[in-house]
Amino acid sequence: MVNLTAAEKTQVTNLWGKVNVKELGGEALSRLLVVYPWTRRFFEHFGDLSTAEAVLHNAKVLAHGEKVLTSFGEGLKHLDNLKGTFADLSELHCDKLHVDPENFRLLGNVLVIVLARHFGKEFTPDVQAAYEKVVAGVANALAHKYH
Amino acid sequence: MSLTKVERTIITSMWGKVSTQADSIGTEALERLFTSYPQTKTYFPHFDLHPGSAQLRAHGSKVVAAVGDAVKSIDNISGALSKLSELHAYILRVDPVNFKLLSHCLLVTLDTRFPADFTAEAHAAWDKFLSVVSSVLTEKYR
Repeated sequence: MVNLTAAEKTQVTNLWGKVNVKELGGEALSRLLVVYPWTRRFFEHFGDLSTAEAVLHNAKVLAHGEKVLTSFGEGLKHLDNLKGTFADLSELHCDKLHVDPENFRLLGNVLVIVLARHFGKEFTPDVQAAYEKVVAGVANALAHKYH
Repeated sequence: MSLTKVERTIITSMWGKVSTQADSIGTEALERLFTSYPQTKTYFPHFDLHPGSAQLRAHGSKVVAAVGDAVKSIDNISGALSKLSELHAYILRVDPVNFKLLSHCLLVTLDTRFPADFTAEAHAAWDKFLSVVSSVLTEKYR
């Protein structure tokens, strides 16, 4: 569960309303793979990830980024029950995908940076703080069912 | 972990632009740090941390000046920050986790101000550079 004030919830949803999930999802996932190259280990079946250029234009990466961010957006509608919302995905990431939860934190950081880049001044310290809570909450929720 | 030639070029060439806003970047990064990660304020009980405070501005300048020193001596960051490294190890003893948090807030600040320059490659180079700076500042801790 995230501890957001009513004002923070409003800030989060207001900004999210302006987000192009397809564009930012692709950007966030591809940047994850460029900035933290070891994360490519989970996507060897996506084809050419050998250079930054290849990653940034890889159709499978971009499509998957959209999928991931769409799911994240769903979570924003259930900020009072992130653990419940992401329970199935948590099991999937543990049992089938074998993803170290640290990667959720890395992606969360990249997402914040991508939002900052797109929204500039509008991404004030307060808005950032609200989003830091959200990404931490989502990361924890995705790690919750790990065993 | 050391920086490639390409990464060093990216950092040094962006620094020209960045340094023109050095002071306000430092202040903003600290403001973001204290707002997103309130636990970091525990290192500054002696400061007035309200946005715009003179102490915050002065300290922000100091921090970015040090980053600038690292950029200017990018081939020998360890040498350039040796005194600061000792200060952090023996006097300040800021827990190492906080360097990651400040680095993140610096990236966010740079990103909001220079979106066109902050390509994926630049993002990677800066993340790595700040990680090297953080390592240098904590290398004498134990």
